[in-house]
Amino acid sequence: MSNPTTPIHRAPLSQQHRRVITTTSPDAIGAQVSVTIDGVDAKVPFGVTILEAARNAGVKIPTLCDHPDLDVAGVCRMCVVEVEGQRTLQPACTFPVVNAMKVNTHSRKVRMARKHVLELLLSEHCGECYSCVRNGNCELQSLAEEYGITAFPFGHPEEPLFEQDTSSYSVMRDMNKCIRCRRCIRTCIDIQEVGVLEAVGRSNKVTIETFEDMPLGTAVCINCGQCVNRCPVGALYAKDETDAVWAAIDDPDRHVVIQTAPAPRSAMGELFGLEPGTPVTFEMNTALRRAGFDKVFDTNFTADLTIIEEGTELILRLYKALVEKDESVALPQFTSCSPGWVKYLEHFYPEYLPNASSAKSPQQMFGALIKTYYADKLGLDPEKIVSVALMPCSAKKFECNRPEMRDSGFQDVDYGLTTRELGKMFKEAGLHVPSLPKSDFDDPFGSATGSGVIFGATGGVMEAALRTVIEMVTGEKIESIYDHGDIIPVRGFEGVKYAEITVPKVGPVPEIVAHLVPDWDWLDGATLKVAVAHGTANAKKVMDDIKAGGKFSECHFIEFMACPGGCLGGGGQPIPTSADIRAARAKAIYSEDSAYAVRKSHENPAVLATYGEFLTDGPCGHKSHKLLHTEYTARGKHMPQS
Amino acid sequence: MPATIETQGNALTYETIEPEAGLKAALAMSRADLVDFVRDSDLKGRGGAGFPTGMKWGFCAAEKADQKYIICNADEGEPGTFKDRVILTRFADLVIEGMTIGGRAIGATLGIIYLRAEYTYLRPHLNEVIQKRRGQGLLGHDIMGVEGFDFDILVAMGAGAYVCGEETALIESLEGFRGEPRNRPPFPVVAGLLNNPTVVNNVETLASVAAIFAKGCDWFKTFGTDKSSGYKLFSISGDCEKPGVYEFPWGITVASLLEEVGGTGAKAVQIGGASGVCIPAKDFTRALAFEDVPTGGSVMVIGPDRDILDVAENFLDFFVEESCGQCTPCRLGNAQMLRAVKLLKTGECPPEFLASVKALGATMQVASKCGLGQTSPSAFLSILEGFDDEIANRAVSA
Repeated sequence: MSNPTTPIHRAPLSQQHRRVITTTSPDAIGAQVSVTIDGVDAKVPFGVTILEAARNAGVKIPTLCDHPDLDVAGVCRMCVVEVEGQRTLQPACTFPVVNAMKVNTHSRKVRMARKHVLELLLSEHCGECYSCVRNGNCELQSLAEEYGITAFPFGHPEEPLFEQDTSSYSVMRDMNKCIRCRRCIRTCIDIQEVGVLEAVGRSNKVTIETFEDMPLGTAVCINCGQCVNRCPVGALYAKDETDAVWAAIDDPDRHVVIQTAPAPRSAMGELFGLEPGTPVTFEMNTALRRAGFDKVFDTNFTADLTIIEEGTELILRLYKALVEKDESVALPQFTSCSPGWVKYLEHFYPEYLPNASSAKSPQQMFGALIKTYYADKLGLDPEKIVSVALMPCSAKKFECNRPEMRDSGFQDVDYGLTTRELGKMFKEAGLHVPSLPKSDFDDPFGSATGSGVIFGATGGVMEAALRTVIEMVTGEKIESIYDHGDIIPVRGFEGVKYAEITVPKVGPVPEIVAHLVPDWDWLDGATLKVAVAHGTANAKKVMDDIKAGGKFSECHFIEFMACPGGCLGGGGQPIPTSADIRAARAKAIYSEDSAYAVRKSHENPAVLATYGEFLTDGPCGHKSHKLLHTEYTARGKHMPQS
Repeated sequence: MPATIETQGNALTYETIEPEAGLKAALAMSRADLVDFVRDSDLKGRGGAGFPTGMKWGFCAAEKADQKYIICNADEGEPGTFKDRVILTRFADLVIEGMTIGGRAIGATLGIIYLRAEYTYLRPHLNEVIQKRRGQGLLGHDIMGVEGFDFDILVAMGAGAYVCGEETALIESLEGFRGEPRNRPPFPVVAGLLNNPTVVNNVETLASVAAIFAKGCDWFKTFGTDKSSGYKLFSISGDCEKPGVYEFPWGITVASLLEEVGGTGAKAVQIGGASGVCIPAKDFTRALAFEDVPTGGSVMVIGPDRDILDVAENFLDFFVEESCGQCTPCRLGNAQMLRAVKLLKTGECPPEFLASVKALGATMQVASKCGLGQTSPSAFLSILEGFDDEIANRAVSA
């Protein structure tokens, strides 16, 4: 039945839009409709759901399966309301307001139904709140409190029915707590188009499973953790490595260093009650030292290094393709900082792995340098260094365990902590981050640039790369081309962004790449075509277009991030998430960027010093290839047989 | 075709309908008149929900779309219902004629018969009838010489899930997805198969359409009651002498029906299948009609020796098996109902639990996503109400 050219979505075609317009009359669209909710009159735009109408009118309707990022489901029945003239209760999350209607959101029937829904969910929800990772931040727990659940008339399981799936480096699953709201399924399909999880079985035997119920660690999962961010309860959570990190801190023989990525700093405050978008970068440095970390580094240092390495790689690819007419050069070049995206590429488009930049992610570059350059410089035994990375990401846990990430001779990064895990460590240590004094990062990697900071937002890697490449090629200051050096066309939350940037003139080849290209004449007047995609569903659009020879196949450089909004919407960030929260975090990141004195990666003095002292054969040289570059694994979609 | 002995209790009106008379009459009318004609007949859906067919067609006809569909719901899965099987076996031409008229009325060029997996043996027969009609110019291009009237039919198979008889789950299943009901609105007449306007009609409804066009609305209305026009096929099973498929006009009382089928002395009848209601003997004066006891045609006679709780348990077992498991009330509620019946059988049901389950049943009826969960508690709740003495005073063997 299905047309092979149209994408297959698991969510019903009719329900892929939150606004379910049921009219063929164009007059109705955009019209205002009267609605009376609990006796309060309001005008709402035609076709909004009762839930949206109620929110506009300041009336709270409880939800569980609904999520602002996802298609409607209408399965939990928590949001049912009474609509005058309707025999049955209607789910507010799906029912559209198309003509004048009267709604009662808390009649006896409605309250009874909601209580029944909660009592039924609790009849199969196994687990005690105080030993749950989501204690204090659980939607089921809050609703049970709001609806005064004091007993379990339909029972409450004492013993777990399911074994937990802890096979993944990143995402853990506990079906005993699952309430079958299917947010995880919809996340994996609607936002990511990966489709790891599916409802299996019927009736009270429905479970959420991978294909053939394979352990998640062997499934086609990209570890992005977006399902974790949207799980209303503790059925999905990121692997917790805080015990191991505490053990390292407690061991006096260990030198424990931590690098912190920009995105967690824009979100950590949320775990301490601050509004989203309140950066706590420097307070957090103090907290980390008080918690016992020996050194606190800024991942932005290697973000800048990534730009130099990846930018040089791009220049080399373009030179080979355009000047030397080498047809074997893979273009467009893809970014490779997002480990979720990298695994997505390995699974779904393995034939395009040559397009991925061989540059490691900032986390892994830092890891390799800490146990080599840094250890040498300070005379430390690299075996005794425990290298921790604070990341907004669950996939970084998988990344640091990749077998190829041991170029220092040791596991380059020992532990990837999520924002949530570190927040938990701070709380355990009694460190209230927002009220601590500020302090700076440690040397020798101390100083960072604004370009490194914006890696945390979608478009940020592209903007950072463009700032550097344009200055290196033109010899002009970027500010003379873009106001304040802000490259607006690659910013923002549009799913796929495309921009063309013309090289207005060329300058002398800067020293750092002088041994690689003789001149820039071949770029004079050239138009650089770039694109940015975030969320792997958007990445899929771009990849399918490239496969079909569309406009993205003409691009030179494309930034891909696995998570919506980029790293700031990562699977290790505070829960909940929504477009508003992500926008606030992005604002924090861009304001931090504009506050930096140095905003361009190639001007980062620590980066320049590293090339001067350690990576002496320059970007993409022999030493940097050994430590800062990597290779990928064509995985495909076939899983090993169990 | 395998030799299938179709049980049949009396003569069926469908035998008297002249082939293609309905289609001929329909093609003599304007397209808009077709919908009005069905509306005038007061035909209501024969699958069980009883939605006025003319209204459904009218909604779909009003939609502007490049592609529309008419689907024949032949997923006859309601326990105790087997009348569509008789119609498909003996009167497939009438059903297809009804679909063709429907296609003309709403502007669909493709019809799909969604056939129950258990009826796979009927597939060659249906394909044969379709092929024969194509040869006769009754399907395909320029049907019956009417220029531009194109309509064809394909047969698609169900995979055995009861819930796929629900029209939106049926559509999901046709699209290749897990058979689960959609949120409504939007209704299929607006956004159905592949997001196109779609009419889903029961087998018997479509056969009735052909009969109505052949013989007229007035003829049709001579059968039945004011509010339930026409005749209806009933699937009679259970503790009676002559089970089988019977045709009766709407409005027949339970008592007279039982007399016809040799079921007098029953202590109850279950009307409407597992999702229907249980009528105790004291209410046998009630009539089978949309205004009294509506039904898709399943009548199960429950003899005096049956344990009424066995009946309830049987139905609830069925729903615990067949709920799609999507919405909370149905996914988990049916199992609680079943637990209560089992406890009642052994005399161990605490009164407070029974009260909780009764209230839960009321919630399921209004808060479940589709008709399955909205009706699954009905049999049990009506048994609790109609047989409270028997349940309270039963001898407990456990």
